Amino acid sequence: MKKFLAVMTLLVGSLTISAQVKVGDIAPSFSLKNVDGKLVSLDDYRSQKGVILIFTCNHCPYAKAYEDRIISLDKQYRSKGFPVVAINPNDVSIVPEDSYENMQVRAKEKGFTFPYLYDATQAVANAYGAERTPHVFLLKKSGDKFIVAYIGAIDDNYKDPSAVKVKYVEQAIEAVLAGKNPDPATTKAIGCTVKRK
Amino acid sequence: MKKFLVVLTLCLMSFCYPEAQTQGNTNVRVYNNFARFEPLLHQHNDTVYLINFWATWCAPCRKELPDIEEIGKKYSGEKFRILLVSLDMAETLESTLIPFLKKNNIQSAVVLLDDPDGNSWIDKVDKLWGGSIPATLIYRNDERLFIDKQVDFNYLDSVLTLKFFKP
Repeated sequence: MKKFLAVMTLLVGSLTISAQVKVGDIAPSFSLKNVDGKLVSLDDYRSQKGVILIFTCNHCPYAKAYEDRIISLDKQYRSKGFPVVAINPNDVSIVPEDSYENMQVRAKEKGFTFPYLYDATQAVANAYGAERTPHVFLLKKSGDKFIVAYIGAIDDNYKDPSAVKVKYVEQAIEAVLAGKNPDPATTKAIGCTVKRK
Repeated sequence: MKKFLVVLTLCLMSFCYPEAQTQGNTNVRVYNNFARFEPLLHQHNDTVYLINFWATWCAPCRKELPDIEEIGKKYSGEKFRILLVSLDMAETLESTLIPFLKKNNIQSAVVLLDDPDGNSWIDKVDKLWGGSIPATLIYRNDERLFIDKQVDFNYLDSVLTLKFFKP
């Protein structure tokens, strides 16, 4: 099997696992359990202009580095019709720190102002093709559906918020609010892999 | 005098400290921007380079590291070099990375790349890379292979044998 994988790799020239939704695609719906025990669905946000959907987790240093900035995004943009919805997609048997109970603890400690949902089976992460934490999918309301408007990083400096030059997500929301397409519509960032079963 | 200094330097670097062989590689160069690091991804000679992007905090990276070290041993007679590119924060070099390399007796060459603007350089490693680690690039001149998942000994061994060191 190992040899088969290696041969396949050589045939295609590389081996990558990404098969994600693209900007312009319809956002896959979801219904997941929040840290307060209640189910939260994308459908619950029909009255909003969009959703800042962020795959994140407890344990990853990059995710931790962005926690305060995610809270700020929610505070800043919820009133403008773009609330944050965070999803932890990591398998608990691989990362015990990312268990549902630890999510509850973390959400309380940090005073999360937004839902923090548990995607225990990675079904939603797979539907979106989330590769890492944190990984942002900015959704905009279009008719009765949500469309993916931006995919990628929150900004261009994970380690030092004061050294950030471009706030990609904020820029993308402002573009959507102005009726324009975000540019860049996708960005990349180093992050922890989504820990799939 | 110059010759003496050279000998003394070599001596200090290796021969006089046999335990250095068992303590792992602690000579880590730090790159604060990708542009200065980039030439290491484009060395033009007949050596095969295995470039592994990892970090001490990354569990799957830590898991594959012993296998990469074993590959280094197996191919030590070939024109083959391993470079472990740590994406740890430069601030944690002394407190975290160096102790990790010592504790795990890492023999491969290690550099630390700390350029926080990932979007500006991830494509320059490989267009197919989304930025999650571990990720591994194997190349010889313009022959390049990129793997954005955890690897192990058998996998790397097959790839190296089939593509780069055909029997």
